[in-house]
Amino acid sequence: MVTRNPVTWLGSPKFPDAARTALANTQLRSNLRKATGTIRGRRAAAVDEMTDWEDLRLAGEALKDEVLTNLDVYLERLEKSVTDRGGVVHWARDAAEANEIVLRLVRETGADEVVKVKSMATAEIGLNEALEAGGVAAIETDLAELIVQLGHDRPSHILVPAIHRNRSEIREIFRREMPDVPDGLTDEPRDLAEAARAHLRRKFLSARVAISGANFAVADTGSIVVLESEGNGRMCLTLPETLITVMGIEKLVPTWSDLEVFLQLLPRSSTAERMNPYTSVWTGVTPGDGPQQFHLVLLDNGRTATLADKVGRQALRCIRCSACLNVCPVYERTGGESYGSVYPGPIGAILTPQLVDDPHDKQAASLPFASSLCGACYEVCPVRINIPEVLTHLRARSVQARGRSPESIAMAAAAWVFNSPSRYERAQRLATFARLLSRNGRITRLPGPGAAWTSSRDVPVPPKQSFRAWWKENRG
Amino acid sequence: MQKVAQKSPKVALFATCLTDTLYPATARAVVTLLERLGCSVEFPLDQTCCGQMHFNTGYPDHARGLATSYQRTFAGYDAVVVPSGSCTGMVRDIHPQLGASPVATYELSEYLVDVLGVTDVGAYFPHRVTYHPTCHSLRMLGVGDKPLSLLRAVRGLDLVELPDAESCCGFGGTFAVKNSDTSTAMLSDKMRHVLDTGSEVLTAGDNSCLMHIGGGLSRLRTGVRPVHLAEILASTEEDPWSPATR
Repeated sequence: MVTRNPVTWLGSPKFPDAARTALANTQLRSNLRKATGTIRGRRAAAVDEMTDWEDLRLAGEALKDEVLTNLDVYLERLEKSVTDRGGVVHWARDAAEANEIVLRLVRETGADEVVKVKSMATAEIGLNEALEAGGVAAIETDLAELIVQLGHDRPSHILVPAIHRNRSEIREIFRREMPDVPDGLTDEPRDLAEAARAHLRRKFLSARVAISGANFAVADTGSIVVLESEGNGRMCLTLPETLITVMGIEKLVPTWSDLEVFLQLLPRSSTAERMNPYTSVWTGVTPGDGPQQFHLVLLDNGRTATLADKVGRQALRCIRCSACLNVCPVYERTGGESYGSVYPGPIGAILTPQLVDDPHDKQAASLPFASSLCGACYEVCPVRINIPEVLTHLRARSVQARGRSPESIAMAAAAWVFNSPSRYERAQRLATFARLLSRNGRITRLPGPGAAWTSSRDVPVPPKQSFRAWWKENRG
Repeated sequence: MQKVAQKSPKVALFATCLTDTLYPATARAVVTLLERLGCSVEFPLDQTCCGQMHFNTGYPDHARGLATSYQRTFAGYDAVVVPSGSCTGMVRDIHPQLGASPVATYELSEYLVDVLGVTDVGAYFPHRVTYHPTCHSLRMLGVGDKPLSLLRAVRGLDLVELPDAESCCGFGGTFAVKNSDTSTAMLSDKMRHVLDTGSEVLTAGDNSCLMHIGGGLSRLRTGVRPVHLAEILASTEEDPWSPATR
């Protein structure tokens, strides 16, 4: 059966159209400007403290590349170490397989409710929806994820899924959707957090099954690592009897000591913290302590196909810190939902189309064009993913898949002109005719695709003489 | 004005298709400036375009041919000087990926500061100016404060720092057309910062970004004029800059 890969949300418009709607949302614009501006400044300060930051980035890049180059070896090693320590490993080719495995495992426990640790992998495969369809309620326990879930909303940021909401909006969502909401809830962050804490505490104590993602998995030891800031994740990882972890196959590190690099890179890049607040590590099952059943679902879902692309594969180095989102001038203005995927921002623009792996998916194909190629993302990426390089690479793939188009004809014509200095010179002379379009030294309206430019910008009036013509006349 | 090396360096000017066609005053300013500093400047007539638009829009095959032509045109020169950070970045970073062997290519401020070793070029420009560090100059080339050190040495120039200078103006080549709304949202913030400085002139090392920000500044009749860095540096007391007659 061919199922749609849910990495993108069904019915999402192409990026330029989705962005147009988002840009008109003044509340969103204001919330994002404030939030990304704050995180940006803090990250820069936290990174500036480190004298060996560039070395750490190089080390992070090298470790991830080592894993990606020998992924088969490390995956089998991980499977063995997890199994040896009492865990059960499952392999899922795609979202449908992964969802089926998780639903079956939950059903085997007899539970009809699960608590969840914030996880990108389970969001990517649409696990909550699949569980719901199978009669299992999934409760998000990360505060921001809970806000998104209660608001019947979509996540708009990798780390802070509710970044597009301000506190008064959150108060409204809680008042409307939280069954046990306290009376007289204010929009003070402390009050909101307290309401969520009371709501979630009851869930933690009753849940028999927890579902998590993973930030890292150590191939040598079989240890799984989750980083979070609230402690809610740790509640899920320790209290229930059964723990199911869904993890992308690229999340491996070879050895325990390799974590040293990433536990420095990730917190400073994502939350601007020197040390991550809650780092949970578990290795298989420990009798009498914590979950007594542990299942690890290893998810491919387009990753092997991505790995096959020499340029594009570097996207698999991503450690989901979201530094690239916070510095991106496009993301700051359009927000995450415009990208139509759980992976927004610059990393989403290169990861989503590769995971979707369908060059004819017009929404996914529009994502690599959602960038001015300013390079701010590459500058901050802790594992040195050259996002602009992958963007242009994927643009070429989109262009190829589209075939002949008015644009491709125009580009071929431009190349034909540029390939001959004499044709180029004649084209320059033709350009001077555009002077006829000018009024009072300005050109304010162009026809055709140029209209998108002149919607907000004047066009320079071509000079009477190109530089080349001047040179030939005066210096030639 | 600082002294430059005794033997006159021979440089080729790569004007870039945009400047050659739409901003000839910038290319003439590069010639004036380099000659004043003792260089002998040539303009190889076989040059056209570096292929950046094609490459960045998803047409690397078209860009490949243009990279080869660039290499053929400029192979014999010790140095190629370009009044554009993004075209320099294209030549330096991307052309080798497209199979063209590298040609020693410098963005203007790099050539002046790193190769000629000058920051005071004897310029005079009695205007209030703010400087936008264009993304590719900043991040692909890493020109750092070279343009600013050149501007600080210009007599009469009142340099005002641009707030949030390092954020993109929203041009991005075909991005400005394909994602026109997002591009405009970025532009409006850039213009707000430019206007906040109270400058008469906005300068940068790239006419593409200046065309974009300038297009917005003109549309809103802000009275702020974009002027390429080369034109400011070429301006002297004897022969001061005046708005190009078009």
